Amino acid sequence: MAASGAKYGIMTSHFYWVGAMPAMVFVGLFMMPFYYGSRARSVPEYLKLRFDEKTRALNAITFAIMTIFSSGISMYALAKLFELVLGWSFHGSIVLSALIVLTYIFLGGLTSAIYNEVLQFFLIVLGFLPLVLLGLKDVGGWSGLTAKLATVATNAGFEPGAWSHSWKYMDSPSHNPMGMEWFGLVMGLGFALSFGYWCTDFLVVQRAMAAGSMTAARRTPLYAAIPKMLMPALVILPGMLAIGLHASRGGFLPIGTDGQPNYNLAIPMMLGHYLPSGLLGLGLTALMASFMSGMAGNVTAFNSVWTYDIYQTHIRPGQTDAHYLRVGHAATVFGILASVLAAYSATRFNNILDMLQLVFSFVNGPLFATFLLGMFWRRTTSHGAFYGLLTGTITAALHYGLTLPRGSVPGIKGGFLGAVLHVYPSEMALNFWTALFAWTGCFVATLLISLFTKRTKTDDELRGLVHSLTPRIQEGHMPWYKRPVTLAIGILVASTILNLIFW
Amino acid sequence: MGIDVRFPIGGMFSIIGAILAVYGFVSNPAMYEKSLGINVNLWWGLVLLLFGAGMLVFAYRAYRRTEPRR
Repeated sequence: MAASGAKYGIMTSHFYWVGAMPAMVFVGLFMMPFYYGSRARSVPEYLKLRFDEKTRALNAITFAIMTIFSSGISMYALAKLFELVLGWSFHGSIVLSALIVLTYIFLGGLTSAIYNEVLQFFLIVLGFLPLVLLGLKDVGGWSGLTAKLATVATNAGFEPGAWSHSWKYMDSPSHNPMGMEWFGLVMGLGFALSFGYWCTDFLVVQRAMAAGSMTAARRTPLYAAIPKMLMPALVILPGMLAIGLHASRGGFLPIGTDGQPNYNLAIPMMLGHYLPSGLLGLGLTALMASFMSGMAGNVTAFNSVWTYDIYQTHIRPGQTDAHYLRVGHAATVFGILASVLAAYSATRFNNILDMLQLVFSFVNGPLFATFLLGMFWRRTTSHGAFYGLLTGTITAALHYGLTLPRGSVPGIKGGFLGAVLHVYPSEMALNFWTALFAWTGCFVATLLISLFTKRTKTDDELRGLVHSLTPRIQEGHMPWYKRPVTLAIGILVASTILNLIFW
Repeated sequence: MGIDVRFPIGGMFSIIGAILAVYGFVSNPAMYEKSLGINVNLWWGLVLLLFGAGMLVFAYRAYRRTEPRR
């Protein structure tokens, strides 16, 4: 996130204020009743209850690939940190971070994972806060930062405010560093990517299922949205400070092989610059905690999807629990090894968030269309869902294969299908449009195929899984300030205000 | 669910805060040049200590309230 703050400026905050917050409100209000009510343990399992086994298998496979990439990206970041701080080689650092996460997963279960996450949250807040305060004091507050970012923007050929205004320069892709216009951003990031991510994210959904009641389950994503409001100050601001200092003092960030600054190192460099030994340790611990929680969460998700949704269902059903436990352990080891490979492919990106969103656009973009139709339209058929999901993923691959971000060679960054039909101004713009194309492809295909195929499930079987067949939740007995709806409205108002302040 | 999550949080931050504050108190002032001349170890250590102690107090009070019913 800090890397994007440096590369794209304050527009990165859209990931929170346009992306995460509205999406989490939507999950809490509209989707949680189906998850919690259907007693599904995972997203693929919901798909099985709503559609059929083949849709579940397809989703489980793409999901497993996604978790591997996500954990590989965290592993890359952790290894880079070890390399920088301890002076080890990148290969040695990768091995070390793999071993740490392996131990960490084998020792803990879901409860300890939740405890850890709470601890890590406070560690990150309290570890980064002094850094942000010192950095802001050094550049002369917000106005000093805007002045420095104006230099960054004019050097890159934009209007002076392009790094410090989140909406103002979004009238055309050529006016802002992310290379997006408002339509692509709101639909690609806000709608397809973020809703897809938060509505179907294993970690989010599983946490909520552990809740004690329907109301508690619906409040979980709503409460989680509140800290998301303030995260930009902790994780994006340091990146913006780093690029401001890079421009005004020269050579603050190391230059990568492609001639661009390595944005991924924004936070480590800031930590080393401002914090004396003592507090530096706390800052580094906070950083490591954030990478490790990302990695551990994804490897755990990989492990359970592989064991329950693929192995137990399709490969060896009907074995003993001990057998599946062993398979789960083996899956953890395999997942970490595969993450190592993904970590090496992350070295090709100067901003790891670009790569992460690319993976999400393949998996979450189309999946959200399937969910939307499945949850709100009872006529959606199993064949429609399966082939729609497949079409969506293929659309994403085609779009990715036929377009390129500016200044890249065809290959891992896209354009591998020979012809390059369109060149996007940035990697992130390419990701947003990939997600939007994938969503549309899946939506249209699911709709058409559902209309031409017979329904596979009766209304009775779909009770509790589809909106119109689920009894309304009664909340009239609760005082108004305790209802999830009140909380949701408060969050949306707050996010609108934040958008207006940093317009 | 086992223990109140505020106990480990409070304990951890109290200890870290105390270590940082003591270190900030005894360390050479010259090393704070990079942090704009502010003894951040001392001050942030005190902030963390306060935060941790506050967590422990709240956790203990909640524990006292539920204890008789168990």
